[in-house]
Amino acid sequence: MAEIARMRHGSSIGQPLTRRDGLLKVTGRARYAADNHPPGMLHAVLAESRIARGRVAFLDVEAARAHSGVVEVMTPANRPPLAQDPDDKSVPFSFRLDLLQNDRVRYAGQPIAVVIAETLEAATEGAALLAPRYEAEPAEVLLDAAEAFVPPAVGVGGLAELWHGDVETGLAQAAQRIEATYETPLQFHNAMEPHGVVAAWDGDVLSLDMPTQGFALTQARLAALFGIRTEDIHIRSPFIGGGFGSKLLTGPQVLGILAARLVGRPVKLVLRRAQMYGPVTHRAPTRQRLRLGAAQDGALTAIHHHVRTATSRFDDFFEPSASVSHTLYAAPAIATTNEAVRLDTGTPGFMRAPGEASGSIALESAIDEMAEACGIDPLEFRLRNYAEVEPVSGKPFSSKALRECYAEGAARFGWAGRPLAPRQMRDEDGLLVGWGVGTATFPALMFHGQARAVLRRDGTGLVETGAHDMGQGAWTALVQIAADSLGLDPDRLEFRSGSSDLPDAGIAGGSAHTATAGGAIQAAGEQAIARLTELAVADPRSPLFGAGNIGVVARGGRLVRWDDESRSEAFADILARAGLAEIEGRGSAATDPAMVERYAMYAHGAVFAEVKVDPELGQIRATRLVGAFAAGRIINPRLVRSQYYGGMIWGLSFALHERAVLDSRTGRVMNADLAEYHVPVNADVPSLEAILIEEEDPHVNALGIKGVGEIGITGTAGAIANAVWHATGVRARRFPVAVEHLV
Amino acid sequence: MNRFEYVRPRSVAEAVAAAAVPGSAYLAAGTNLLDLMKIGVARPARLVDLNHLPGLDGIEHLPDGGAQIGARMRNADLAYDPAFRRRFPAVAEALLSGASAQLRNAATVGGNLLQRTRCAYFQDTASACNKRRPGSGCDARGGENRLHAVLGWSESCIATHPSDFCVPLVALGAVVEIEGPAGRREVPLRDFHLLPGATPERESVLAPGELVVALRLPAEAAGFAAHARYVKLRERTSYAFAVVSAAACLRLEEGRIVASRLALGGVAAKPWRAEAAEAALAGATPDAASFRRAAEIALAEARPSGDNAFKIELARRIAVRALLLAAAGTPDRLPALPASPFASVPGGFHG
Repeated sequence: MAEIARMRHGSSIGQPLTRRDGLLKVTGRARYAADNHPPGMLHAVLAESRIARGRVAFLDVEAARAHSGVVEVMTPANRPPLAQDPDDKSVPFSFRLDLLQNDRVRYAGQPIAVVIAETLEAATEGAALLAPRYEAEPAEVLLDAAEAFVPPAVGVGGLAELWHGDVETGLAQAAQRIEATYETPLQFHNAMEPHGVVAAWDGDVLSLDMPTQGFALTQARLAALFGIRTEDIHIRSPFIGGGFGSKLLTGPQVLGILAARLVGRPVKLVLRRAQMYGPVTHRAPTRQRLRLGAAQDGALTAIHHHVRTATSRFDDFFEPSASVSHTLYAAPAIATTNEAVRLDTGTPGFMRAPGEASGSIALESAIDEMAEACGIDPLEFRLRNYAEVEPVSGKPFSSKALRECYAEGAARFGWAGRPLAPRQMRDEDGLLVGWGVGTATFPALMFHGQARAVLRRDGTGLVETGAHDMGQGAWTALVQIAADSLGLDPDRLEFRSGSSDLPDAGIAGGSAHTATAGGAIQAAGEQAIARLTELAVADPRSPLFGAGNIGVVARGGRLVRWDDESRSEAFADILARAGLAEIEGRGSAATDPAMVERYAMYAHGAVFAEVKVDPELGQIRATRLVGAFAAGRIINPRLVRSQYYGGMIWGLSFALHERAVLDSRTGRVMNADLAEYHVPVNADVPSLEAILIEEEDPHVNALGIKGVGEIGITGTAGAIANAVWHATGVRARRFPVAVEHLV
Repeated sequence: MNRFEYVRPRSVAEAVAAAAVPGSAYLAAGTNLLDLMKIGVARPARLVDLNHLPGLDGIEHLPDGGAQIGARMRNADLAYDPAFRRRFPAVAEALLSGASAQLRNAATVGGNLLQRTRCAYFQDTASACNKRRPGSGCDARGGENRLHAVLGWSESCIATHPSDFCVPLVALGAVVEIEGPAGRREVPLRDFHLLPGATPERESVLAPGELVVALRLPAEAAGFAAHARYVKLRERTSYAFAVVSAAACLRLEEGRIVASRLALGGVAAKPWRAEAAEAALAGATPDAASFRRAAEIALAEARPSGDNAFKIELARRIAVRALLLAAAGTPDRLPALPASPFASVPGGFHG
């Protein structure tokens, strides 16, 4: 026991602590936004358009108003004025919103009115009674429906065209060439917790219970829309029931805030499941053409990755699927190009590894096809094309333990002895068995975050940062970082988070939240300790007198002399003698441009999949998934494993399940519920393993952290697709793989 | 939600009287009806709640070997009744392959028979649907219809009946017991559901106010217990409706088929009994060739109603699979993945 105590002492990072909010969650006491019911609260329900393009010609507002319990109906005619046009994009990361600014309909599912009532039932019926009539115009909703153009940029500022080396010559001189087209479907985020808000106004002060992945972004947009000060917008979001990118930006919740303004009472607006298939962004469909060339020994000579995708008719977001080809495999010539069409749909956005997920399944499939063409084991093929530096930039990687991921993953999975040809393996029931591999990658990003740390005279500490726990475990991982930065046991720490009234922790997106918020906490803690140390070393009464700032470390609530452990002093004693109730540190973290200039920074992984396929019926089941991931320093292996599991399951979902069914005549999603929009159930995931590969990264950020939230989806989707080919000999190039592709 | 009247009868007679009012709907577990009310597809003026009726919630094993099942019995209770499982294993397997554990714990036997189609156009009030609004048209034609009917459909409706439970029931000659304003009557399950024809809004023979009170499995149905299976192809391992499914029941003597039952699910507006195929199996050897011939006969009339031609061949294949599994014998224990192609089969059955 003593040894365990010593190991934990001063070293909270790296421990597999259980979730600090776990008990609240499993006992139902964790309070989500929609659990709030301020006095006098009314319920708002959206009415949404059933046409994809045209205008609303008539709403039976009288019928809705006449319904018992209905208080008000908000339409373009009486919607309170806004200080900013909802189509104005001057606030960074703004997307155009549909806030009843006029009677135009730009996509099916667009909000066209809000009914506010004393009860949810009355508001729901009121919305039905509106019985809208439309002047519909022909809508275009399919990838081939419209003329394509080259977008100005893809993703966030990504190049729409990038040419590195001479691709055509590389292809012309190749011993093997493949050209293949892959299609990925329209997908929706489908977080368990629907988007919602409980909004209350007090003059121009706005109080919100609202799940958000970005406090400051949301405050900035709302401040601009309503013409109020950001500091007058108070958002509480202690727990988020999943976001997957759809809760990064402000969306139809603004209509709930407007409704509260209109009626002068608090209002709750929660979207129904079906309403989450329109105004809260989605992943656009893609069609990706890959042209690869390789020499006889399997060395790639060229990669051309062309993407066709879609955005809405009124705003821009282009799924950056080709970006994975910039970094993953060494080739002397790499080109990525993009084209897009404008469709009568909602605007797409950031969804679960935007670009990396959809691009990875295409690239990993194409790499597999090339390995097959060369007659080389697909893992060996990937090793032969291992990128020692980032191919398109020539930059070294800040760290890259991908080789170890391949080796550990393959060993654990039992890859050796895999037959090269497809359709060679059967299980004892005669089911076809196939093995596939995919490389996982995700950029190591940072946003700007701030934190405040306080040491108190009673020996406890306080850390504050407005972080977002969307299920990933921020309440726990960030406390571990705080505990180490302050030299305190986590149980001696008060951690305040999940509110916009705290220092902003940056967005929970891009798998960068722990690095960003954690980096800020680390800096704040270091500053608090440095200030405390200054007090101690300058005080002749302290046993640390004269030790100098760097001669002291914080551990177990004490400052300890580096060179003489017998000389130490408790934080509390230092503060008491100085007559201070507490001492504060503030810190921030952000991308270091010098490092970005010098290094390519990515997490990596290798995923191995086994699938079984019924040879006559074509039903597929992924029976085994093994992923090995290297993502820098691991704060909490238990939480990180959970993140990898979640990502791998989303990868499985991408390969085999998820697809929005769109009626091309009306533009309506025809499977807008979780019975028909399939995501995997437990029975689809019989065996899942995530291996944490050690990786030390001295460059990526102060804590050496890379993100773990989204990488699991990449690699996995391709590994499963490749395993399906290995089982059946059928190369499915439309995802999700459907039974009719295989029989 | 619209305002509706809610009544809570204490007897079947009270229930039938209460439901005689036009616009009434019976409420059992509500696993389907309440969803349809929430999306505006069902807007009953009166809900007649059956949850407080005495009885009708158990199974009686009849002296002749048959069984009478109360209409209010929960799907899970029936599937886990040991004697029922032993005597009608394909029915238990079908029940456990449907929906999710939570839904099976609530959903009732009578409600299962009367569940509505999952056709997206039926569920979308903005779409034309002859079943929901007679005469409005069928947007499923020419729309998203890869999982729609391949047998028995009409120009006015191409929807399928989603039940798993009904497939082995119709194969085994189940009888529906009905109480109504005009008294009690019985209808064989094979005649209970109606094909769409020109009136897809009429889905069963039930007259207004009539209530399903029980289901009866005849004694001879238990005679198939040694060779009875249900197999279901679905797009995820659980919690998905059938793309196609089949129930197959055999009686074998001295290496020959002396009696057989075959029914298909997910192919038509009703559970599809394949009697011509059954006839062709009489006296045949229980092998892949016989079964393939039977499957060809079962699907002889099939034609695509949209982008679903692949379902015809899949239906043949699932019929063959169910027959092969039935011939191999009912397993001692229900598989961990009931009705799934991934349920382990001793000896193997593929390729």
